Amino acid sequence: MANEVCLRTLDLERPWLLEQYQSRGGYEMLKKVLTEKTPPDEIIEEVKKSGLRGRGGAGFPTGLKWSFISRNAPGQKFVVCNSDEGEPGTFKDRDIIRYNPHQLIEGMILAGYAIGATRGYNYIRGEFWEPYERFEHALEEAREAGYLGENLLGSGFDFELHSHLGAGAYICGEETALLESIEGKKGQPRYKPPFPAHFGLYGCPTIINNTESLASIPMILEKGGEWFSDIGVKNSGGSKLFSISGNINNPGVFEIPMGTPFSKLLEMAGGMKDGREIKAVIPGGSSAPVIPGDQMMELTMDYDAIAGAGSMLGSGAVVVLDDTNCMVKVLDRMSYFYHEESCGQCTPCREGTGWLYRVVHRIETGQGRQEDLDLLDDVAGKISGKTICALGDAAAMPVQGMLRHFRDEFQYHIDHKRCMVGAG
Amino acid sequence: MSTSVVKDVTELFNPEVRAEIDRWVAKYPPEWKQSAVMAALRIVQDDNGGWLTTDLMNDVAAYLDMPAIAVYEVATFYSMYELKPVGKHKVCVCTNVSCMINNADTIVEHLEKRLGITFGEVTEDGRFSLKEVECLGACGGAPMMQIGKQYYENLTPEIVDAILEGLE
Repeated sequence: MANEVCLRTLDLERPWLLEQYQSRGGYEMLKKVLTEKTPPDEIIEEVKKSGLRGRGGAGFPTGLKWSFISRNAPGQKFVVCNSDEGEPGTFKDRDIIRYNPHQLIEGMILAGYAIGATRGYNYIRGEFWEPYERFEHALEEAREAGYLGENLLGSGFDFELHSHLGAGAYICGEETALLESIEGKKGQPRYKPPFPAHFGLYGCPTIINNTESLASIPMILEKGGEWFSDIGVKNSGGSKLFSISGNINNPGVFEIPMGTPFSKLLEMAGGMKDGREIKAVIPGGSSAPVIPGDQMMELTMDYDAIAGAGSMLGSGAVVVLDDTNCMVKVLDRMSYFYHEESCGQCTPCREGTGWLYRVVHRIETGQGRQEDLDLLDDVAGKISGKTICALGDAAAMPVQGMLRHFRDEFQYHIDHKRCMVGAG
Repeated sequence: MSTSVVKDVTELFNPEVRAEIDRWVAKYPPEWKQSAVMAALRIVQDDNGGWLTTDLMNDVAAYLDMPAIAVYEVATFYSMYELKPVGKHKVCVCTNVSCMINNADTIVEHLEKRLGITFGEVTEDGRFSLKEVECLGACGGAPMMQIGKQYYENLTPEIVDAILEGLE
């Protein structure tokens, strides 16, 4: 079973067009909800039942998040979609927006109806120009068809939706940084609490969900929360989009049930390139601790299985590394990324990511010192849990994971001033 | 600081740029014109050959009724704004993990050799500049690069040559 939810129109020609989406029953759920005036609580209950957890990486239950909004509080409320896809290895939301933008729009309208919001923004990363144009076109189509604007389909419910373009900042994928960014500021995360459900965009109650989460809503409501939940496994309801890349033959996005064996996903992705051996897998975006290949081959792709192996499912971005890769070099590049993308607000992250990068980089370039591995453990430990947002943890976790599983490679680099893999 | 002549904001920018900024301003609540600052900076940057001058940032501040410092903060925080001249074609190459392990370094070396510049530089004729970028969310097509608004994926040196030759 594949492509049942967000990618269910992928087999159609030009699936991003309204008529194509409607040919698969698109916007029927919205019509039903608006004409039957479905009680919003029923919608939230259904989403809770589905077991849908935030697909951006944090895995927080979506229905629960929605229930934090006090629906009857006066004043404006907002639905915000996080399409600032930037976790290295992740490229699934780009495909949802390019190929099924209407399902995302329908999901956002339904979310707005459920929480009593009449305005929404889709924050699309600035580099995603093609997806942005697709989304803009879909917005125009939806507006013309009466799915957006005032008094939708004569129901008395208004909903207006716009896109907001980012301009290159990984940190804006953090939900409160994203809200700051929409407000026209630097994307620096806010201290929580208050959470966005109480003090979000422009200080108003706001729900903010990942693209894949929101695009899943129409199908969850159409077929029922239980249907969605049953696709997956315990604690990991539904199917999920996995972005798989690296040293493999057929990288791409695969929408498959939660709980699918990793070995099956690897097979779908064409297996290892050039018949090489699998060495390691980063299972959930670059901040997810690495898992050795042989261990990964025994795991299933769901929250509990990956967490049980000391890592996390994250955004479902799977980077497969073969045995020609030097793990020091891989970590060197990842550490550079977090150092580059730290927003600079919290000292442990701003300074610590620089330390991590410089120390890993000197090991990689043959300048490593005997005490460096302990120093890395120490610095990583001093960042973890000591910052406003999760970027600090995201920088520390890959270091800790690499040292846990591939310490010998780092030690070899320090001892021999060169790499134990290949010619490096 | 230059002499503080209060500009008539309705005369800032050319009419097309103004219309485009206004289209973005209209997306946000009336009291939140500042929300359009990211779009405004992008629009004036594109109109100015790909980079922002202090004067342009000041104009954006005046147009959106923001303190100039708040505009500088945004312009320096986000990586897609350029504060120095760039080439007519800004070639942005991803070197993050998925691209790296799919030989992004070969692409970088090829570009550097062909263009005779390194990251952060502009060719003498002003046609190209090279920039190293972080993951652009197209890892399935690694190695990849972005030129202007376009993504180019599954690159080889030969494909890179064909792309560059196809540009004006």
